[in-house]
Amino acid sequence: MEDILLIDAAERYFKGEMNETEKVYFEDLRKNNAELDQVVAEHIYFLQEINKFSDHKQLKHRIQETANTLEQEGIINRMPFTGKSKVIYLWNRYKKTIAVAASIAVIVSVFTATIIAVFNPGKHTNIKPLVEKLKEQDVKYKKLATQIDKLNNANTPIPEKPRLESKFRATGFMIDVNNNYLVTNAHVLTEAKNHLIVENNKGDQFVAETVYINNDNDLAILKIIDPDFKKLAPLPFSIKHNNADLGESVFILGYPKQEIVYNEGYVSAQNGYQMDTIFCQLSTIANEGNSGSPVLNKNGELVGVISSMETNSEGVVFAIKSSNIFHAIDEMKKVKENDNIKITSKPILRKTDRVTQIKKLQDYVFMIKGD
Amino acid sequence: MGLDIDLLKGLAKQDSNAIDQIYRSNFKMVQNLILNNKGNADDAADIFQESMIVLYEKAINPQFELNCQLKTYIYSVARRLWLKKLQQMQKIGLQTNDFEQVIPIEEDLAQHEHRQASFHIMENAMAKIGEPCKSLLEAFYINKKQMQEIAVEFNYTNADNAKTQKYKCLVRLKKLFFAEYKHIQ
Repeated sequence: MEDILLIDAAERYFKGEMNETEKVYFEDLRKNNAELDQVVAEHIYFLQEINKFSDHKQLKHRIQETANTLEQEGIINRMPFTGKSKVIYLWNRYKKTIAVAASIAVIVSVFTATIIAVFNPGKHTNIKPLVEKLKEQDVKYKKLATQIDKLNNANTPIPEKPRLESKFRATGFMIDVNNNYLVTNAHVLTEAKNHLIVENNKGDQFVAETVYINNDNDLAILKIIDPDFKKLAPLPFSIKHNNADLGESVFILGYPKQEIVYNEGYVSAQNGYQMDTIFCQLSTIANEGNSGSPVLNKNGELVGVISSMETNSEGVVFAIKSSNIFHAIDEMKKVKENDNIKITSKPILRKTDRVTQIKKLQDYVFMIKGD
Repeated sequence: MGLDIDLLKGLAKQDSNAIDQIYRSNFKMVQNLILNNKGNADDAADIFQESMIVLYEKAINPQFELNCQLKTYIYSVARRLWLKKLQQMQKIGLQTNDFEQVIPIEEDLAQHEHRQASFHIMENAMAKIGEPCKSLLEAFYINKKQMQEIAVEFNYTNADNAKTQKYKCLVRLKKLFFAEYKHIQ
């Protein structure tokens, strides 16, 4: 009951409702009792905040009234909101811009509206997966490039494997060199309705198939089934069972463009978007195409798989914790024909410099494409 | 300049005429900026409203001085807000075609963002305390009603009962508010 009196007094003091004697008495009380003063100071601070809040609400209301008047006069034009879902609305809103941007420059290849529209899973409204949809221009351009290639190679007798057209590009990495199993994101593979290709840094393409897909933790495992694929040397990195430490510096190899790209960052939080424990949060730069990229620590141990980024803050990227890969493998083994998967590695990256690490690693990181 | 200052004084009091005049003399400029830089009519309306709020925050500051024309200030704020929005949409690399003078605005916007974050926390805390707490506290702190009035409206037998209830609700609101607020400090 004493607190309620004190808060009441603080509020009357704040509003200037006290008479002189009361005010002097109250100020005296504050001076001589630090604990009481603390309560009053905190409450006054709170009152200031809630007053600003109240002001702000009122201001917004006033501004809206004026805006409504000007809208009626035709000075402000609002686009009609058609009642479609927000995503479609956004798509319509930015459609024109996208078309303009696409026709001006093929180089500005990253944009979000379509990707959000296609991929945004209902529960994660502010994060977006990082698979890149190849725009039509890119596909056409590649067709042309393939034709030119063919012309150039017209004299060479070696028959060239036809290159497959792809509608998206993401990243994946090898985890079992004996059976050619690769890890990528589940959301990447949902895009591959007709065919799935794995492409190395040299541009060689190999046919692959999905063997395991788990939308809950966004992990998928695929297998290269192409007879032309040559077995790689033992895996140079190990997969970490434990979580990466907060603040641990990490690096990423992936394909946000048509060649392998290196990036650095650090573990900025132990959990992902909305405290999702499957993910950890990184502070780094990722772009479309980085989905499925391996995240490694300074010893060259795999600690995560890039999955998504937050769209409204810069540099917030989410990676699936590497321990989930082991769960995926256990699940996968339950199916008879996949139980041969085995992760053996020959970690040779500890105490080597970064450039050497990358050189050793890049053969194990692939583009995942398909349509 | 004199007129600008009068308008700002009016805005600080949330005077509708001042708001109306600021809108009429500056909206077209902001709309041109947005439309010429990959935005649409809706974006223009939203950005202008937010710019008005930034301007208001500036106007209510007792130490505030306007060191440039009002329209330059509004243009600079709107431009920065829009660039930020573009970046959030990942359309990085676009440049604004400036047809107005621009002044640095970062500090004002940092303060604005902090305020918005605080409002957001207050809004969330209010939503979390549930009814009748939310309505009761809103009546007292947002709509500034008297305790007597509130007692009648919420069917309390007297103002003291209403006060006790208000106090209990307030304790919960403050707890929720400060738990989040300390993160943005």
